[in-house]
Amino acid sequence: MADKIQVDGGKTRAPKSMRRSRPEVHLDTEHPVTVTIDGLETEVPFGTTILEAARKQGVKIPTLCFHEDLCVAGVCRVCLVEVTGHSILHAACAYPITEPIEIFTNTPRVRRARSHMIDLLLSEHLGECYSCWRNNNCELQKLAQEYGVRRYRFGHVSERSEPVDRSSYSVTRDMDKCVLCRRCVRTCIDLQEVGVLEALYRGHDTKIGTFLDKPLGEVVCINCGQCINRCPTGALRARDPVEEIWTAIDDPTKHVVMQTAPSPRAGLGECFELEPGTPVTRQLNTALRRCGFDRVFDTNFTADLTIIEEGTELILRLYKALVEKDASAALPQFTSCSPGWVKYLEHFYPDFIPNLSSAKSPQQMFGSLIKTFYAEKNGIDPKDIVSVALMPCTAKKYECNRPEMCDSGYKDVDYGLTTREMGRMIHQAGIDLPSMPDSDFDDPFGTATGSGVIFGATGGVMEAALRTVLELVTGKLVENFYDHCDITPIRGFEGVRLAEITIDEVGPVPEIIAHLVPDWNWLKGATLKVGVAHGTANAKLVLEDIKAGGPFSECHFIEFMACPGGCLGGGGQPIPTSPEIRKKRAEAIYAEDAGSKVRKSHENPAVLGVYEQFLTDGPCGEVSHRLLHTHYTERGKYIV
Amino acid sequence: MIKSFVQKKLTFREIDPEKGLRAAMDLSPEAVIDCISDSGLKGRGGAGFPTGAKWKFCRAAKGEQKYVVCNADEGEPGTFKDRVILTRFPHLVFAGMTIAARAVGATRGIVYLRGEYTYLLGGLKKALQERRDDGRLGPAVLGGDQEFDIEIRMGSGAYVCGEETALIESLEGHRGESRNRPPFTADTGMNADPTVVNNVETFAWAACILDKGPDWFRVVGTDHSVGFKLFSVSGDIDRPGVYELPLGTTVQELLEAVGGENAKAVVIGGAAGRCVGQGEFDRKVCYEDVPTGGAVIVFGPGRDMLEVAENFLEFMCEESCGQCTPCRVGNPKLLECVRMLKDGNCSASYLREIVALGESIHAASKCGLGQSSGNVFLSIVEHFREEIMGRAVGSV
Repeated sequence: MADKIQVDGGKTRAPKSMRRSRPEVHLDTEHPVTVTIDGLETEVPFGTTILEAARKQGVKIPTLCFHEDLCVAGVCRVCLVEVTGHSILHAACAYPITEPIEIFTNTPRVRRARSHMIDLLLSEHLGECYSCWRNNNCELQKLAQEYGVRRYRFGHVSERSEPVDRSSYSVTRDMDKCVLCRRCVRTCIDLQEVGVLEALYRGHDTKIGTFLDKPLGEVVCINCGQCINRCPTGALRARDPVEEIWTAIDDPTKHVVMQTAPSPRAGLGECFELEPGTPVTRQLNTALRRCGFDRVFDTNFTADLTIIEEGTELILRLYKALVEKDASAALPQFTSCSPGWVKYLEHFYPDFIPNLSSAKSPQQMFGSLIKTFYAEKNGIDPKDIVSVALMPCTAKKYECNRPEMCDSGYKDVDYGLTTREMGRMIHQAGIDLPSMPDSDFDDPFGTATGSGVIFGATGGVMEAALRTVLELVTGKLVENFYDHCDITPIRGFEGVRLAEITIDEVGPVPEIIAHLVPDWNWLKGATLKVGVAHGTANAKLVLEDIKAGGPFSECHFIEFMACPGGCLGGGGQPIPTSPEIRKKRAEAIYAEDAGSKVRKSHENPAVLGVYEQFLTDGPCGEVSHRLLHTHYTERGKYIV
Repeated sequence: MIKSFVQKKLTFREIDPEKGLRAAMDLSPEAVIDCISDSGLKGRGGAGFPTGAKWKFCRAAKGEQKYVVCNADEGEPGTFKDRVILTRFPHLVFAGMTIAARAVGATRGIVYLRGEYTYLLGGLKKALQERRDDGRLGPAVLGGDQEFDIEIRMGSGAYVCGEETALIESLEGHRGESRNRPPFTADTGMNADPTVVNNVETFAWAACILDKGPDWFRVVGTDHSVGFKLFSVSGDIDRPGVYELPLGTTVQELLEAVGGENAKAVVIGGAAGRCVGQGEFDRKVCYEDVPTGGAVIVFGPGRDMLEVAENFLEFMCEESCGQCTPCRVGNPKLLECVRMLKDGNCSASYLREIVALGESIHAASKCGLGQSSGNVFLSIVEHFREEIMGRAVGSV
């Protein structure tokens, strides 16, 4: 029923023309080259780097500027190795093997040069480990430990030369801790194609900065926080609300509620030395209550609500375009749950704003409902409610501070808290998360579905939407079309994905939207085309494809996520990140979905309850438009 | 026009640039490469890579568009011979580039001209137009099947852009920063296409060799360094200027030629070169002994070698692109050490530490700039230890 079309080889990175043109030797698996590493002979494909070849042999070479997700830089010069016959040392991460060579990774010269590099980096690094948020999770600290640095041979910085940049709602920059590995630069321009960060000046004056060295809050940063996830030191961090949240918890007049998104639950275990992909959802509920949160809700509930609202919006747009032939119905419709993606579109492709679903993100929908529906139902004055959202995301911190996000009459969500910050709160409270007993979410939003859970993985929103749309339109169970309702064609980690679903037969229009469309006959025989993109570099590919009239321009609905891998790879997730770690988190998410009793958003009884009791004029009705939908700003390259 | 002292006898004066070009156009590309290879010509920019081999790699590399780039970003302190060549013999350089284009199959040529040489632009453009007008450049060079044209692009004063990969980054519109190698530019250069990058003088000699033949070139020199070379000689001497001398000339002979017999030290190769003291004046200036791109700076008996080292290191700290750790952070440490030495505040053990660091900077840096940045300092420490150690505390 669904075909997966691989666009452009499914590459997860930007086209070469768009990247900083650092030529790399292309891997040629047909032509193996013999290489000897520390006396062990092996064969590797032509173009394999020394680092990869050594890792395959189990030889560990220390690295700093190297990151699996990024293009090669070769600038820190920590991964030095000796190649027989060469007078200088080579950076293992940047040296492709193109001829038989003999490599030594542990010679006096190599050890001396590596320790010189580490000493030089330390001499420029404001090293105050015990007050640094990356203490115990810092790659520079680890290198210093491994190389036995016992004194600062070439001096040490103890005084600040630049104030910390706290101008952004999401990302804080402490350039005194920067070691100029340029991972953030490569993340921003190569992985995300935003390009806010770049090296400024030269020589010893080199620093990482923004356009005209403006504060981060005043440039086109989309707040995705991917740079934080890849920073080896404490130079970048998320803006931290932990103290404010404790203050609210300690204040007896405040009713502090927490909503938790699916991805943090798949990642939080990593803050407690659990394997990536160990789900901790129900232990977390207990831990949160012990921390002092008055109520613990599941963001998946509003993820389900998002599906109903966004799905209804899609149906309305399709009806308008296909039946009423109204050209003003902007198609394809774009998802709007990822605030990094939304800001990317507002800055770089403002012309596409009409395509963006007006539905708020699940976080913000929940914020509105808590301070209206929940407050009313429980007789709590909304001004006394402090609403906290546990998110895998740094952009959510910005999102909850958008001025338009106050539809409840108050700030809909008060604080966005990242997975890492949550881990620290739990540690601070003296709670050992893995040993917590299980407990459930609180009512009245206690029920969520598997569809809500998979919002955390790339393709998840689309899968959830399709489960609902397919059933509502065909009147048949999704299981008829896809085993266990796993719509696998749109799963995976390819950067962009495209799928087509033909609607052969239609059923009656369900009651909940019966007032919006008379029947489904206009969809009979139609082919629904959907797309998925994750990482804004891939989003750019899709948007350019639409502009050029390519296959994505024929789509009806496209899911976009700012972060590679979707929310599970979000900028607020535990560090480190890698394709492998993200894959494991995704497995945890799909496992939670598979184990859910209810797996389709439109079957969530609590969601239906909200429509009965509160959003009485139905999906995309007047109340829901006031509380659950929003509008966007054409920002362009300027800061609005 | 800047007045320069230029030695009267210069080979370039005697060569008709077009004869070499005509000869090349009548030969097959392979024969042109063989001619250059047989001559033993090595890169005149200082690194000394065999020109014939470079062209051969580029010819063999796959790519629809190939480039010939002339590195005229003459930024090495104390060198000015390329300026003289570009002023007086531009046609020789352009002919050399056209010959290279013939050899590798390139259709586009670019001269990357040092920002400070903007005043040469008019003359060079005029020379290019002349060549276009009479068919020495254009869709059919000399009426044959070779298409080639040359454009001039200006540098903006960054020393590192004289390094070939940084030069290409700059040409592509990026920050002037060196690339990782391999792949080499002959294979993956400008816009990731095969690119020959040679120094101004290399192209000029190539044109001479095509005219006079490979054996003519080999008559002077040493086993591994053949032919004549231009030297920019400056400093405490009687006759600063541009000289043509055979490779293999000893430092002493060179000093005699320029009136610098009472020199205390000679820095050969500019900021990236090394300092040769009196005891070593019998060393030969050639690729296998003391290599140079042509810069020779002579220091008289009254010069303070620490000031020499300080000056060159200040230059390196300023001109490092700031990309890799050893060059960016290491050079300021060397400079700091020189200043400590000047103040008499540097212990012998710290100096040892810094010398070891200097060796690591050489071994670990990404490009030629970083790899050679500590050379002058290290050679001064080696040869002038007595002079630099033991200064009274606070003497400066």
